[in-house]
Amino acid sequence: MVGSTKGHLMAVFSPGFRGRRRSTNPGLPPGQYEEHGFPVLSAGPTQRVRQDDWRFTLTTETGEQRSWSWQDLMDLGPETIDTDIHCVTSWSKFGTRWRGVSVDKLLDGVASDAGFVMAGSYGGYTTNLPKADVVGARAWIAFEFDGQPLHPEHGGPARLLVPHLYFWKSAKWVNSLTLMEHDRAGFWESLGYHAHGDPWREERYS
Amino acid sequence: MPATLVGDHGETATARTLRLSAPDLGPALAGQHIDVRLTAPDGYTAQRSYSLSSAAGADPIEVTVERFADGEVSPYLVDDLEIGDAIEVRGPVGGWLVWRPEPDSRPVQLIAGGSGVAPLMAMLRTRAATGSRVPFRLLYGVTDPDRVYYAEELADLVERGGVPVAVRYSRRVPEGSTATPGRIGRADLGALILPPEADPSVFVCGPTGFVEAVADALVALGHPEHRIRTERFGPTG
Repeated sequence: MVGSTKGHLMAVFSPGFRGRRRSTNPGLPPGQYEEHGFPVLSAGPTQRVRQDDWRFTLTTETGEQRSWSWQDLMDLGPETIDTDIHCVTSWSKFGTRWRGVSVDKLLDGVASDAGFVMAGSYGGYTTNLPKADVVGARAWIAFEFDGQPLHPEHGGPARLLVPHLYFWKSAKWVNSLTLMEHDRAGFWESLGYHAHGDPWREERYS
Repeated sequence: MPATLVGDHGETATARTLRLSAPDLGPALAGQHIDVRLTAPDGYTAQRSYSLSSAAGADPIEVTVERFADGEVSPYLVDDLEIGDAIEVRGPVGGWLVWRPEPDSRPVQLIAGGSGVAPLMAMLRTRAATGSRVPFRLLYGVTDPDRVYYAEELADLVERGGVPVAVRYSRRVPEGSTATPGRIGRADLGALILPPEADPSVFVCGPTGFVEAVADALVALGHPEHRIRTERFGPTG
């Protein structure tokens, strides 16, 4: 069922189909279309977490833990992120602006040889990522969207933001990162979605 | 993999049910979706996900496509695709908003908003096809009587299938009805769905605003979060 790399596909042409919303933006990955709204997708009820109650915990593969309060997170030095986002349900949104704290800052000084991380959320959602995809200024704990505090529907008070992967990897209501020596499947990944999720390689399903 | 249109019918003035033969597609679970990909003669492609409305394992499969006026894929599937034409599909995918007909399954409460009834219909059809006795209920929110999908089959389910179905109209009620139009609120949920004491699995599918409101109300009524499974969508053409 992979079949998403071009070489595997038997093209079925649809006579008369031209496509109406074709975008000439080179930032649009294959099979995606440009969305101007901001659709909401989640698997259960929206979590409502107060900033005062919010805690974020990092656990290494040896069980060492670090933890941050909301104020601790702010003290790490947030930055502005301008990026495109891509959802596996085939919409992409260009030019979104976020504020967040780089995951590099959470991992600063942490001794770890782990190759993978599991992000966990209030409500029990999980998603797995290669550690290489959350370091090097490519992943953030984001708490502002478009100049406003991140709405709970969109994962507020804070969500993981990993915009170079399909957006299910950007866990809403994130509250933990666990470093892992071996990869394990998160929520959608154990339900048939891809372990990595690169939109440019159309890694939608496993 | 290719899928061939082998049958169709108009579900409403804006929605068409497609019956597709896709021999290479594995058997689906009730609630899963397929991806449909259209390729223009110049190689341009567009892809959308559609929930299967046919029973688990059905062959051919069925999807109901709502035409969005400014959509890209849905107008083609509703207006242009002809019997015998092939489209490209992938899947079936999704394993979360899924119901499996096990004998000891807990009761099931289905809550649909608009075209979100499609994957829940797959569950109702699976229950019927397998002769399952698991108690089911459906609460279906829709703007007006002309927008109801699967109307006759739902009526039959009430009459002969032992499934209570409540339809709530948000803008216009059927002629002769004394009901007041309105969105599904906490009072409706309290009165019309299986209570938390019955410990049902609750499947909610519909537009974002609908699902947000219903899921919040379910939690307020005492349904545990881990029993609530949701799928939200916007008009993605």
